This record gives sequence, C-alpha cells and structure tokens, in this order.
Amino acid sequence: MSKTYFDETHTAIGHPKSTFMQWMLTIDHKRIGLMYAAVMFTFFFVAVATAFLMRLELLAPGQQYIDGDTFNQAFTLHGVIMIFLFIVPGIPAIFGNIVMPLMIGAKDVSFPRLNWFTFWLYILGCIIALASLFTDSGFADTGWTFYAPYSLTTDTNVIFTLVAAFVLGMASILTGLNFLVTIHRLRAPGMTFFKMPLFVWGIYATAWIQLLATPVVGITLILAMLEKFFGIGIFDPAKGGDPVLFEHLFWIYSHPAVYLMILPAFGIMSEIIPTFSRKEIFGYRTIALSSASIAGIGYLVWGHHLYTSGMADLAKTVFSFLTFFVAIPTGIKFYDWIATMYGGKIVLSTPMLWALGTIITFTIGGLTGVTIAMIGVDIHLQDTYYTVAHFHYAMLGGVVFLLFAGMHYWFPLVTGKMYDEKKAKIAFYMNFVGFNLLWFPMFIAGYLGMPRRYFDYLPEFQIYHQASFVGAVIFISGLVYMFYVLIQGWRQGEPSGTNPWHATTLEWHMPSSPPPLENHSKVPYVDFDPYEYKNGEPVVKFDYETMKRID
Amino acid sequence: MSHEYIPEIATDREGNKHEVQGWQDDFYGGKLGFWLFMFTEVMMFGAMFLVLTYYNTLHHEDFLLASSHLNRWLGGTNTVILLVSALTMGLSLLKMRAGDIKGSKLMIWATILLALIFLTIKGVEWTEEYERGVFLLHGELLASSSMPFGEKLFYGMYFTMTGIHGVHIIIGIGLMVWLIKRINAGLVTPEHHILHWNIALYWDIVHLIWVFVFPYFYMIGAGDVVAGGHHG
Repeated sequence: MSKTYFDETHTAIGHPKSTFMQWMLTIDHKRIGLMYAAVMFTFFFVAVATAFLMRLELLAPGQQYIDGDTFNQAFTLHGVIMIFLFIVPGIPAIFGNIVMPLMIGAKDVSFPRLNWFTFWLYILGCIIALASLFTDSGFADTGWTFYAPYSLTTDTNVIFTLVAAFVLGMASILTGLNFLVTIHRLRAPGMTFFKMPLFVWGIYATAWIQLLATPVVGITLILAMLEKFFGIGIFDPAKGGDPVLFEHLFWIYSHPAVYLMILPAFGIMSEIIPTFSRKEIFGYRTIALSSASIAGIGYLVWGHHLYTSGMADLAKTVFSFLTFFVAIPTGIKFYDWIATMYGGKIVLSTPMLWALGTIITFTIGGLTGVTIAMIGVDIHLQDTYYTVAHFHYAMLGGVVFLLFAGMHYWFPLVTGKMYDEKKAKIAFYMNFVGFNLLWFPMFIAGYLGMPRRYFDYLPEFQIYHQASFVGAVIFISGLVYMFYVLIQGWRQGEPSGTNPWHATTLEWHMPSSPPPLENHSKVPYVDFDPYEYKNGEPVVKFDYETMKRID
Repeated sequence: MSHEYIPEIATDREGNKHEVQGWQDDFYGGKLGFWLFMFTEVMMFGAMFLVLTYYNTLHHEDFLLASSHLNRWLGGTNTVILLVSALTMGLSLLKMRAGDIKGSKLMIWATILLALIFLTIKGVEWTEEYERGVFLLHGELLASSSMPFGEKLFYGMYFTMTGIHGVHIIIGIGLMVWLIKRINAGLVTPEHHILHWNIALYWDIVHLIWVFVFPYFYMIGAGDVVAGGHHG
C-alpha cells in the first residue's frame, strides 16, 4: 500500500511528530483545501441555522421569537458568513487548492508557504468576525453591505466586522495571486492555455477578479473605519461627504465578486458535463473565453445596484445595457453545455444530477437577474423578496449547488472512497425540491410588494412565508442528509479506484487513490486536449508509474 | 530553502525532453507574484484617488484654498528625498547582481536613512499642521468647527493618504532591515536575490505613489498663491 497525502506531508516550519501539528503546519495544497472545506462547511451550517431562525420568526405576522433588532443582526450575520466566510473564498479555496494543481500536473501551488499563511489569515478573519458576537455592543446590524451613513452611526460592533472583511479580503487576494502565478508557471510541459481543463480557466478568471477588485473594497472598508474613528466625513452627509460614494466603491468590488463566485462554479460544470456525457465538450474555446469576458464585463456593471440611490439617467442606461451584455457569455456557456450533452452517452450519476439541477435553478436565477437589470422594473422590485429570490437562485442554486456537484465529483479523488450513490441521489432530490419550494414563492411575494429585511409583514403574505418555511425544512433536512451520506461514504465506503468516473483530465491519472504527497509520480507531457472521448471511452491512457501515454 | 533542487524532465511521445518548472527556485514566478501584488497597491491607492477626485469636483474652491496652506517646501524636499532613495535602492540591487555585497548593503542603509529623514520631515509637517489647529479629531477638523466641508474633506483625505503612505514607508524600512539580516545570513546572494529584487520593486511603488500624492495635495493650490488667488 503506497503512502497517500494523509500519511505524510511537508510543513511550513520544522518536522512535527504529532498528526495534529502536521495538519496545522501543512503546506500541501490538498490538505489545505480540505481544512478550508471543514471550516467553511461549519460556518455554512451556522449561517443556515441563522437563516432558519429568521424563517421561524417569519412563519406568522407579528413578533414570535426574536425582536426586530435581533432580526437585523441575524440577517447581517447570515450575510457576512455566507458571503465573506463561505461563498467568496469557497470554490477557489477548496477545489482551487485541491484540484487545480493536479489538473495542470503541478506538485503544488507556486507559493506553498504563502498558501499556508493565507489559510491562517482566513482563520484570523473568521475569528475577528465572530468575536463581535461576544462583545457588549453585539454583532453588526447593518446588513452585509455596511451602507453608510447608518454603518457609521449604529451602536453595534461594525468595526470588528469591517476589520474581519478586510482580513478575509487580504486572504482572498493572496489566494488569487498564488493561483495566477501557479497557472502561469507550473503547467506541465506541452499544456498551453487552450489545453487547460475548463475548471482551471474558471479559477484563472476568478483569480484576476480577486486580485484587482478586492483591494477596492479593502480600502473602502479602511476609509469607513477611519471615518468611524476620526469622523473625517468621507461618507457622512452631515460633514459634506457622499454616502452614495460608499455604495459605488462597495459595489465596484462586490459586483465583480458575484462573478468571482460563479466562474469557478461554471468551471466545475464544464468538468462534469463532458465526463458524464462521455463526449468532448462543445465549444471549448468559447467557454474558456466567455469566462474571461464575464470577468471583464463584470467590472463595469456595478451601477445596477444603485438605480434607486440617485444616479444620472444616462449612467443608469449604460449600466443597464452593460448588465444585459453579461448575460451573453453566460448564455453561450449554457448552450455549449447542452450541446455537449446532445448525442452523448449520458450517465446520471450524482454529480451529473447536481449539474443538471443547477442548469434549471441557475437559469431561473440568471434570467430573473436580467429582469431586475431593467431600470423601470427594478424600481418596482428593488429591495423586495423578488431580489432575494433572484440572488439565492443564482448564488445558492448556482454556486453552492455546483460546489456540491464538485464535492460529489471529486469525493473519490480526495478520499479514495465512494459514497452510496442511491442515498446521495435521494439527498439531491430533497435539496432540489426543498430549494425550489423555499425560494420560488418569494418571487411572487416580492412581486406583490413584500420588502426584504423586514421582520414583520402584512397578513396577505403569510401563505408565501409558510410555503417557504416548509421548503426550508425539507431543504435543511436534505443538506444534513447529504453530509451524512458523504461522511458515511468516507468512513465505510468502498475503495473507488483512481478513475471511477472515466474522466479524462489529469487529476484522475494518479498512481494511488487518494493521491500521494507530491501528486503524479512523474510530470506528464501534455499533447492532448482536456476532454478527448471516443465511443464513450477516454482516448488518453497513461502508465501511472512513468506517466507515459500507452494508448 | 534548499538550493539543490533539480528540475524534473518530462518526455513526449517522440522522445524529446522538456524541463519541468517546479515551484522551487522559480525566479520568474517570484517576480510575477510580486508584480501582481503591486497591482493591488495600485488599485488601493487608485480608489483613494477616485474619492479625492470626486470631492475635488464637488468642492473645487475649498480644495485649492486648503492646498495652498500646505507646506510645499517640506513636501517638495520629501519628494526629492524619496526620488533619491529610489535611486539608492536601485543601485543596491545593481551592486548585488554585480556581486558587490558590501556596496549593496551600504546602499540599502542609505535608503533606510533617507526613509527615516522622510518620516522625520513628515512628522515636522504634521506637527506644524497640528499647531495651526488642523489635525484629525482636533481644532478645525472637529464637527463643531466652521471650516467649510470641502477643506475638511481635503485635510481628512490628506491625513488619510499621507498616513497610509507613511505606513508603507515604515513597512519598507522593516523589509530592508530584514533584507540586510538575510544578506548577512547568506540567504540572499548574487545568485539568489529574488527577495532583494522584490523589496526594490516595493520601494519603487512606494515612491511612485508619492509622486502622484505630492502634486495632488501640495501643488493644486500653488498657482493661486503666485497669482494672488481668486478667493477670499
């Protein structure tokens, strides 16, 4: 039995004997990715619990369990955890770390020690964010957007949350930087940019956004902190400042951040669809380049968050049209995926089910996004449940669903075991049904005028909130069941072998399962496209000891 | 880091050999990484310049008036000092690459000295402003004072940006002291000088940012004083 990355590791400092310290000090990209996953899913469930608390309060009109101020803190906590601790670092930190170096045939990322440091910077950020829960003034009640001037005047502990967001932003920047250099420098010989798997393209486009957009929100948060300490007046209208400027600076980062979340998720989709259609992907270059153009156009659309904040009509029109343009490369991807499936030998394994489910949910999320990108419609729907439903369909039904898809897809790679497919499929259907029942009624409630972030509502909205509640119960049960199935799989599953899905990309050509410490036994020469199938079988075959092609 | 790293060889189907780039000893990768990091600095200060420009258009007269009260002589001297320090830092890198370790260290010390002089002058300037009642949480910048909004915003941004720039200078000094320790320990050598290269790059960005900060704060009000000014 050969040694895997669970048995041995390189560390940042010294040669610790204890397994615990080996994990704490590890610089192995696979271990770091796993630790990110463990921490993030813990926070994910904290945020889910907070959301469930709000659903519980909204079961009936009037006050039930929590008062309005607590409700404000609850949705802020939910948003801050979900955005800054979970979904922004999410796929890049977990699968970017675990899978991306394997996909390009590298031994590790370019700066493994920096990667270790970044992980701990992320943990520091998490601690700071949650520390304010235990201070007297309590967690921030501003919403995750910290809009001025309220964030400057509220008595709750906004400073901690701002510092945390800054530190987490730093970690995000360093992750992006590390991945950019890795992708530029460490690709196996012969692997040109257009021979890279599409997940790597997604990570690459994302890394540029992390690098170039995050500093803007970083400095905005610093300005807000200085404002709070020194009262300069930068965002305070009482001192000549302009609060709308804060909104602009905030969204200059935070809208590209939306694409930062979805692009690596699309990358996962582009891996799963050809693998389970046993067919070369349709329009490889258009998918790769649409990632890049989404990243590019995504920079120029932030203004659509400010239609009702006061902006010139011309600017609104320009922002509206630029927002429509983002839908074009996104649409191209969807057509490419569907065209890939056409005539393919589709295998409905769990990862494929999640991917297909996402095609439905993200299409709803994406197209409703186009409706609120229209200036006139947005005036009606801004800050209603319609918007809430839209971004949950896009973020949860897009990014997180694909994260789960990737989790099922790469589970055998990471653990060397296989989960119970039948149970995993049941978990998917529970999630899918629960998810739609939870959020679809909100489109209707929002259209009829139910405002977001209210802890009370008029009686006529009760039916929608009750439907959502039932959906939430099914959805959360599904989530718990899904993790239960995966954990059971890890503990008691059958050994999966190195390539259970008959996939073609390099991460499946390992000498052992799970992979050894330094990945491939030899670095292969890449003279093939990432998804070459013939008659439903992978074309390229390797001798896993010498990494020479034997087909 | 061990220096005995031997690159792996990948062989293609024709039998041609291709050297594999590992993460170890990747000089180009180290440079690329730091250049990317410098982009983030540019974006960060870029956002502050955006704020500054926006308020300059809103309160243009106030900005000119406030700018005319800054000490251009001290600011100008500091600009020259930083430009010279960029030269000394560049020379230290050239000397390192040429194998002159002693001369290289001398030039780094010179850079540190210039940086300290810069900070001292900055301190004198801030003290002057404090004494005439213009400082954060003090005198004219308090919410209760009658100073016009535009001037308050100008000074607020002035202290913010020169302050954040000053923090970068302090970090730079720390980095240079660390660099000298690494050189003394034999970990930075003419053959392995990526750390030296990147710190020199950092110092270039720090001085370059000042080259934009200086005219935006000190020079925009200069013309008014010479022409006698068109405000009260």
